[in-house]
Amino acid sequence: MSVNSQQALFEYALRLGDNALILGHRLSEWTANGPILEEDIALTNIALDLVGQSRMLLSYAGEIEGKGRTEDDLAYYRQSAEFRNALLTETDNGDFAQTIARQLFYSVFADQLLQGLQKSTDATFAGYAAKAIKENAYHLRHAAEWTLRLGDGTDESKRRMQEGVDKLWMFTGDLFATTEADMQLVSAGIVPDVSTFREAWLKRVSDVLTEATLTVPESNWFQSGSRNGIHTEALSYLLGEMQSLARAYPGANW
Amino acid sequence: MENTVQLEEQFNAKLDKGEFIEPKDWMPEKYRKTLIRQISQHAHSEIIGMQPEGNWITRAPSLRRKAVLLAKVQDEAGHGLYLYSAAETMGISRDELLDQLHTGKAKYSSIFNYQTLTWADMGAVGWLVDGAAIINQVMLQRTSYGPYSRAMVRICKEESFHQRQGYEIMCALAAGTPEQKAMAQDALNRWWWPTLMMFGPKDSESKNSTDSIRWKIKRETNDELRQKFIDRTVAQAEHLGLVIPDPELKWNEERGHYDSGEINWEEFWNVVEGRGPCNHIRLKVRVAAHENGAWVREAANAYAAKKAKREAGSLVA
Amino acid sequence: MSTTDNQWPLWEVFVQAKTGTPHKHCGSVHAPDKEMALQNARDLYTRRSEGTSIWVVPATAITASSPEDIGPFFEPSNDKPYRHPTFYVTPEGIKYL
Repeated sequence: MSVNSQQALFEYALRLGDNALILGHRLSEWTANGPILEEDIALTNIALDLVGQSRMLLSYAGEIEGKGRTEDDLAYYRQSAEFRNALLTETDNGDFAQTIARQLFYSVFADQLLQGLQKSTDATFAGYAAKAIKENAYHLRHAAEWTLRLGDGTDESKRRMQEGVDKLWMFTGDLFATTEADMQLVSAGIVPDVSTFREAWLKRVSDVLTEATLTVPESNWFQSGSRNGIHTEALSYLLGEMQSLARAYPGANW
Repeated sequence: MENTVQLEEQFNAKLDKGEFIEPKDWMPEKYRKTLIRQISQHAHSEIIGMQPEGNWITRAPSLRRKAVLLAKVQDEAGHGLYLYSAAETMGISRDELLDQLHTGKAKYSSIFNYQTLTWADMGAVGWLVDGAAIINQVMLQRTSYGPYSRAMVRICKEESFHQRQGYEIMCALAAGTPEQKAMAQDALNRWWWPTLMMFGPKDSESKNSTDSIRWKIKRETNDELRQKFIDRTVAQAEHLGLVIPDPELKWNEERGHYDSGEINWEEFWNVVEGRGPCNHIRLKVRVAAHENGAWVREAANAYAAKKAKREAGSLVA
Repeated sequence: MSTTDNQWPLWEVFVQAKTGTPHKHCGSVHAPDKEMALQNARDLYTRRSEGTSIWVVPATAITASSPEDIGPFFEPSNDKPYRHPTFYVTPEGIKYL
């Protein structure tokens, strides 16, 4: 593998791992705060799936890099600019509706991505995708069911769900951003070309929103930057909390 | 009147034969009340108990620890649900039970009114608090009320990893840097006495204990269970190289048990009565979650009603 | 706290541990409708891969016998041992019966 393609693969593994880690972390913030106990358990299950995925992916990223960094080195000792997660995943939980909107947007995208990755020529990516696609199918089902209930529930829930959708819409474009390095991986059959997902994503999300009697936002203005490590302010706070203990005792074993 | 006497005799005979009482069986009103109180208190403890550990999920120092802690706190929510279900078989709704918790009418285990200040507290809570809880719960698997017993069997099976993960955290800290070891000792210092208080007042002062034993709701007394816990835990602390903060702790050859110092009962009663370090915050967080979730629960109900109506409509058409 | 607030209706949950075995009652969940009842049951009762199939039934749909029925329902079968194979005498040495 050339130095360039190794770097590209490393970045991609980081991106997948960071998406899972940051979104899983956000969902874990719901623990003990859910709208009903059954939902606490559901959100934690999703968080656990994602944290599990992140461990596998960050370990793999460390392997590709070949400098001996572990999953924890990568999770706890990188700065916000070194994180590659999509902007959507780091957005704050907001209310339950906003959390559901984020999960719907992300899970539809993840379903597309994982279907492509299942065919990856990289055995680790393909193996990861085969496992994660089932987990994600449940996350998607959960998010879609809740979107229906909140959109077509009461006036208040409809208002909140619409607000959540509208507020997060501008962060969805970043999911489909590709870099030149990505295109190398695409041509090697290692990853799918996410820039081609957009139309199908919009169709699937619109179908759910429409069934939920919600309005699909019309704005075509999207935030971007995660591919270059330019994040929202929210990420540095999240990392400040997540990394605080590990960084206070560098080198300690836990 | 005579009928009640007869029914009570049958009830007692059942208990004597070691049979379980099931939801539809006749039972003395006080048995029912005692059980509802105890099961719901137990359920509330699981739910409030999510908070002290939930505090550290977002700061867990490794991804493995993060996953384990998440799974553990999730189990607590699950166990709360099993227990609420058991209480509901006695004809009280979860709505009512939660209302009792939120308005401060119902109690939960005082241990959760203590703070978790460092990561070592995750170790100490798992090792000591769950260790103490398991002793109580293992006994409750044989409690006389069927649904409660079944819930406890399930809970015990699932909780077996809780204490282990706590002890594993302590082992890592005890074998770690001097700072980590100090952190572990500090956690043991703060959690030891409150853990002993979890078993409740001394037998000589426990007003609920006698009935509970007679009805086989409880099968061992507070003091017996507390002694069992101390006897089991001393060697575990020694293995860690940590010191239990009780200068009077000493093996008594004659009794075959450890002797230990006196619990600070003044602290115990003050925390029970609401003057612990976290009583207010724990309740505040719980009530906020409940209130912030009201619109979600209503939305789901409204949707279910609409859907049922649509389905009924399409059946007619 | 209003009295109109509620925790959703109660559903009884039956889980099949392995294909080929019966569904067994394992507890209950609260849920607003059947789809959510299934999801909640899955999240609560199969966290440790305990299941291959789940049934959820509205708790109100279950009719149960009562303790007074124990006599009339179950005792009459006690004196009918001929329903069990051990009731019958088989000549010695005869197999496959």
